[in-house]
Parts: sequence; structure tokens; C-alpha cells
Amino acid sequence: MKQQNNTSDEEQDSTEAKEFLSFILGEEHYALDIMSVKEIRGYEAVTKIANAPPFIKGVINLRGDIVPIVDLRLKFEVGKAVYDEFTIVIMLNIADRIVGIVVDGVSDVIKLKEDEIRPPPEFGVAFDSRFLLGLAPLDDQMVILVSIESLISSEELGLFDTKKNLGQE
Amino acid sequence: MSIDMQQFHGVFFEESHEHLEEMEQLLMELDLESPDVEQLNGIFRAAHSIKGGSGIFGFDALTSLTHVIENLLDKARQGSMQLDVAAVDTLLGNVDTLKMALHSYSTDEPIDWEKINLDIEALEAILKPKDAEVEEADEGFGFFDNPIQQEEESFGFFEPLESDQPKGKSNKPAPKKTVKKTATKAKPKAKNKAASKGKASTTEKNKTDEDDDGFGFFEPLPEEKKLEQSNESVKKTAPVRKSVPTKSSKPKVSPVSKESSTIRVDTTKVDTLVNLVGEIVITQSMLSLISEEVEGAITERLQSAITELERNTREIQEAVMSVRMLPMSFVFNRFPRVVRDLSGKLGKKVELIIEGGTTEIDKGLTEKLVDPLTHLIRNSVDHGIEKTEDRIAKGKSEVGVVKLVAEQTGGSISIQIIDDGAGLDRENILDKAREKGLDVDDSFSDKQVWNLIFAPGFSTAKAVTDVSGRGVGMDVVKRNIESIGGKVEIESTPGEGSSFNIRLPLTLAIVDGMCVSVGEQVFVVPLVNIIESIQPTKEQVKFMSNQRLLWIRDEYWPILALHETMNIDDAISDPIVGVVVLIESSNKRFGILVDGLAGQQQVVIKSLEKHYRRVPGVAGATIMGDGSVALILDVESLSSYVDLEPIKIEA
Repeated sequence: MKQQNNTSDEEQDSTEAKEFLSFILGEEHYALDIMSVKEIRGYEAVTKIANAPPFIKGVINLRGDIVPIVDLRLKFEVGKAVYDEFTIVIMLNIADRIVGIVVDGVSDVIKLKEDEIRPPPEFGVAFDSRFLLGLAPLDDQMVILVSIESLISSEELGLFDTKKNLGQE
Repeated sequence: MSIDMQQFHGVFFEESHEHLEEMEQLLMELDLESPDVEQLNGIFRAAHSIKGGSGIFGFDALTSLTHVIENLLDKARQGSMQLDVAAVDTLLGNVDTLKMALHSYSTDEPIDWEKINLDIEALEAILKPKDAEVEEADEGFGFFDNPIQQEEESFGFFEPLESDQPKGKSNKPAPKKTVKKTATKAKPKAKNKAASKGKASTTEKNKTDEDDDGFGFFEPLPEEKKLEQSNESVKKTAPVRKSVPTKSSKPKVSPVSKESSTIRVDTTKVDTLVNLVGEIVITQSMLSLISEEVEGAITERLQSAITELERNTREIQEAVMSVRMLPMSFVFNRFPRVVRDLSGKLGKKVELIIEGGTTEIDKGLTEKLVDPLTHLIRNSVDHGIEKTEDRIAKGKSEVGVVKLVAEQTGGSISIQIIDDGAGLDRENILDKAREKGLDVDDSFSDKQVWNLIFAPGFSTAKAVTDVSGRGVGMDVVKRNIESIGGKVEIESTPGEGSSFNIRLPLTLAIVDGMCVSVGEQVFVVPLVNIIESIQPTKEQVKFMSNQRLLWIRDEYWPILALHETMNIDDAISDPIVGVVVLIESSNKRFGILVDGLAGQQQVVIKSLEKHYRRVPGVAGATIMGDGSVALILDVESLSSYVDLEPIKIEA
């Protein structure tokens, strides 16, 4: 699964279109590889985790699995972190783990060919360019393609046990 | 293809391991004076199964060694040779060598052929002199040799390796008369077997038949495959003798029914099942919460249906949990060997009595119990039981007794290791503790003194032996047992012996917990760690350098405010308003301040690390009846937030 994503991210032929799920953070449109999406659900009450950074909202029970919920709006300081009945959580399957991300809304599934994706700018978006695949025009808007796997497993988010954050304890 | 083979390898390794355990156990039980034929057969079968499998996979080391073992056992079970203590020792050593080789094969390490060959030589040395006698004695029965030899040959079919030496020289090209004399060595088996089973009268008439019968009779259980194949080859060679009836398929019947009574299942499948059942339990309790809100005529029907569902889910949960359960004997069975080896080495006479081997315990726990129990038993034999002369001098029985008792009491399992040795030496321990710079006092209660031996690096052994006394043991024992949610306690009476009592939860998956509320959140405190919960009075709360202390039970207990540690707003911060739960961890005692108690319940432990990571102070999470998540506190790591020890004031 992971393997598949990698190859398709990087080197697959430019003629075959890939599918992305686009979502909204504040005013900006983002998209991530649909193959990492497990499911989409509404925001529900979380159990807080002590001493976790504010963008880690806590954990929820996803049919028996204890799954962390990350609010990307807080992490990247886009939009306002409000929680209402329209707040959406995208459940992702990353490296055998399940992680939920809080977004302002999910808009569409878009198909993009390799040659439609432009390289990311060095600045100007909330995301570090390490976590970006590129930009793509959609109708008259611009969609920012996020490399969700590298973002979620990054040390910056501290979601996984790594040597660094174990050392800190 | 290669993947397929790998799969079979896994099964083979697992099965062989079981066979080796069985061999070891049966060897230990063997009464050397009058060996039980069934036991000998059991050992033989186990060795034979390993030989068959290893032959197929080309694990030559296993094949060659088991082959010689088989030869020896075969002699023994025919009664043509008596196994003595030395022989059993050799065989036990072989079991170890086989385990080692098995491990090497499973991890792709190089095989220690030197050890294998040494073992084979040792076995052949035992076999040699007997061979001559047998040959002598059985010459007259040459008549029986052909059929038997066929049988041998059909086995040979599966091990065409170098392992053939001992018999290879005698029965190379199978055929008839010429081999009569030399082949005697290859066994007067049928006759002996038949005779021992009282079938001698029919021997003459239908010898091949008899032989096949005997054959089937002696190798019934786990080897239908090989049996089948060997039967086949018997059939193939049949024309030579003309008279082989094909009824040899008969013995297959019983093995089939025996095999089908158990199946081998991947533990992850069982775990999935356990998880899913946990989900059903939660859904069910959500339903019953909802049913209380339902109004109208259907309320009663709904509630009775839900009560029914509740009962069924509880039964399902118990049934699924029981799949994970293994009898305690899985752990205990290795100890007779440990005690035997150790008492031999120390020159003591020790009897190990095992009780409650059928007590069932979670599989995950059995694996983690082996090391601490082994250590405790070695300790009892080494330190507990006195030397034989000392025992006689004290007027005790010459043979020391170590008792290993398991029983289930309520929701927990208790395991006791009781010896009738010298007991712990209070003064010795106190002296040693002072030497180590530990803060001790002569007024310590016995229990406190005994607990000192769990301190790291503590050993009261006068001399360090290779058995024990290096002091790296007891603290590890305690830590291991605590890591699986258990507790160890020591009782000891000078001159009469000591007893180590271990109390364990029934399963790793469930913990008895007290739910406590802090602000809007609920936490679960494992019940084993709780001493009591109190609502302090104003007089009981004292201050010392900004640390709040609670004066109770003649001690000052540091208070840890859970809402501070866990960063929770809107919680009670005054101990007089809230509740203090007194906690005992392995090295500290303290109180935690919470808003209130929300009831005691068994909770299913879920891993936080599976999708997130380790959280300080938290052992895991659980799902409450309403579907929300509650964190389970890890008392051990919480204790690091407390920097004060409770201070005991002398009355």
C-alpha cells in the first residue's frame, strides 16, 4: 500500500490520472492522495492527552482503535479552529496507523495528471515545502497538493514514537 | 513456491518444539526401574516425528541425531536395554542440542555440527555393547526379520542421509535371506511388541500382518502422513514377500479423529476476535443506555431483549477469552528439569511438587512468567533448601520440597513457590542492606525486610555461584511480574521455609480499575495499585516546602494533583473538597488528588501506541460504556512526578 503510493507519487507515467481528495482549511484549498483516506466523519468529542501540543486534539474510539486526532488548522495557523456540526475529520491510513485530521470541509475528488501538477513555490503557503507535492489549477482556483504521508509521519507532528521524542521524555 | 516452503517450515519448527517439550517431559517422568512402555513410545514418537519432518525439509542435523535417539529408544521400549540415569541425562542433553539446532535452522544460523556429532557419539557409545547382546540373543528369530526390515527400509526411504550409518551397514539392499543374521540388529521388534501386548499366539500365522499391526499400534498419533507414506512403500515392496496384506491403513483411523479435535490458529486472529467482542460489549452497553430513554409500550420488550443480549455478549466474551487461555502446565512443565539439573549440580535432594497445573491463564502472560518463575525456583533450590547434611542435622527430611502451586481466586491467579528450607535470614538481609547503603532500621517489619531483597544488586548469597547470587535477579523478577500487572509478596519463617506469592490478573487484556473523574475527563486507576480512597479532613492536609502532604495511617503521603500532571482545567485543586486515592507503586507510595470516584469496573486495555505514541503517565486507554475513551494511568511512571517519600513517624 505504502509502496504503491510512493511509486505513483513519484515516477508513474504522466498520462494516467491520479485521484485526490480536496479539502478546505480556512480559505485555502488543499488535496491529498485519496489512497490514504480511510473514511470521512464528523467531529466528535475527543479525550485529551496530557502534555500534548495543542494541535493534537486528543484520541477517539474508532471502532475499538484508539486513534489520535490532529487539527491541521492549529498546526499551520490557517483559519479558525472552531468545532461545529460542519467540522470534518478525515481518517487516514498511514504506515499501518490510523490518524484523523480535522479540516473545515471536504469538497471533491479531483483527477489530476502528472503534467497538470506544477512545482510548489518556496513560500507563500502554510505548509513547509517538504510536505507539498505541487500546485494544480482547478476551475479558477488553485489546489495545494499535500504529501500527506510525509507530513503525518514527520517528527514535527510528533505523532509517532521516534528517537527524538522518546529522548525528550 | 519458496513462500510455501517457508510456511511449512514455520509449522515444522513449532511442532518440533512441542515434540521436544514432550520428550523432555516424558523423560523426566520416566520411572527407570520399570519404564512404562507407553511413555517410551511417547518419547519415541516425538523423536520420530521430528526425524520425519526434518528429513523432508533436509534439516540433516536434526535427522541424524533423532535417528540415533530413535535407535536407543527403540531398544529401550523393546526391553532389550535398560535406560539408566546416565542414558536419560544424555537424552535430555540431546533434547537441548536438538532445540539448539532447531533454533539455528529457524534463524538461518550455521549448525553446530560438532555438538551434534558429539551427541551422536555419546548415544552410540550407549548403544554399542547392547547391540552385540541383542544380535546374539535374537539370532533365532531371523524368520521375523524380513517384514521388519521392510519396515525399517520404508523409514529409510525418508532419511537417505548420512544418518543411516548404524543400520545402513546391515541392511543395504533390502532383500531376503542373506541379511537374515546381520539384520537381526535392525530388530526383533515385531516379536517383542507382539509378545508384550499378548498377541504372541498369532505371530506365527500372519507375521507381516502382525508386524503392521504392531507398527500401527506403536506409532499412532501425530504422524499419519509419514505413516501413510511408509505404508505405501511397504506396499511397493510387498511383492518380494507376497503376503503383505494392505490392511495397514487401519491405524490411520484413530490419528485422524485425534488430530481434528484441535486446530492451530494464528494468535492475531484470536486477538482480532477478542477486539471485536470488546466492540460488541461496548455497543451493547450503549444500547442499554439508550433503552432507558425509550418510552412507551415497547420499553419493556426492548429492555428484556437487551438483557438477553447482555447475557449473550457476556458469554461470548468469556468464550473468546477462554480461547486465549492455556493451562499453567505449559509454564510449569519445564521446571522439573530445572530442579533436577540444579539439585544434581548442587548435590541436594529436592523434590518438586506441582499443583494446579490445569489452572488456565492468558497466553500472553505465560510467556512472560517463564523467566521470573524460573528464577524464583532456582533461588528456592539454591538458597532456600539447605544442604542434605544440614537438613539431617536439623532433623528435617533429607529431601527438600519445593512446591509450585497455582490457583485461580476470583479475577486473579495466584502462584506460590513454597520451599521447606531455611527461610530468609533477617539479620543477614539487614546487614547486607546497610552495606549497600540502603536506609534501613532494625524496627522494620518482617515484610519490609523481605522486600529489601527486591532491591537492585541485592544478594545475600555468601558466595556467588553459577546458579545464583549475583544479585541481578530479584529486582528483575519483581519488575517482570509488575510489568504484567502482578504483585509479589514474600512470607518466610526461619527454619521452616519461605513462600513467594505471586498474584496476577487473569489476562493482559483486561484490568480491574477504579474510574476517577478529573474535570470533564475520566481516568482509570488499576485496582492493584490502590490502597484506599479517602476524603481528607482539613487536619490531615499538611504542607512542606510547597508540597502538600496527607497525614494518614501514621505516614505523610505526598499528594499528586492529577489535574496538574494531566493539564486539565476546571478540576478541584483542594484535597479537602476532592478525593485522594492512596497509591502504591513498586518504589513509592503517594496519593493522587481527583475530583471524585466514578465507580469500579473491568476495562479492556487498548494500546495508545498502535496509532499514536507512548504518553508519560499513561499505560493505555480503554473504551467506556458510552463509547468515549478513558486513559488508564500508569502508576509507575506517575510516581516519578512525586519527589517525596512518605515519611513514617514513630508512634
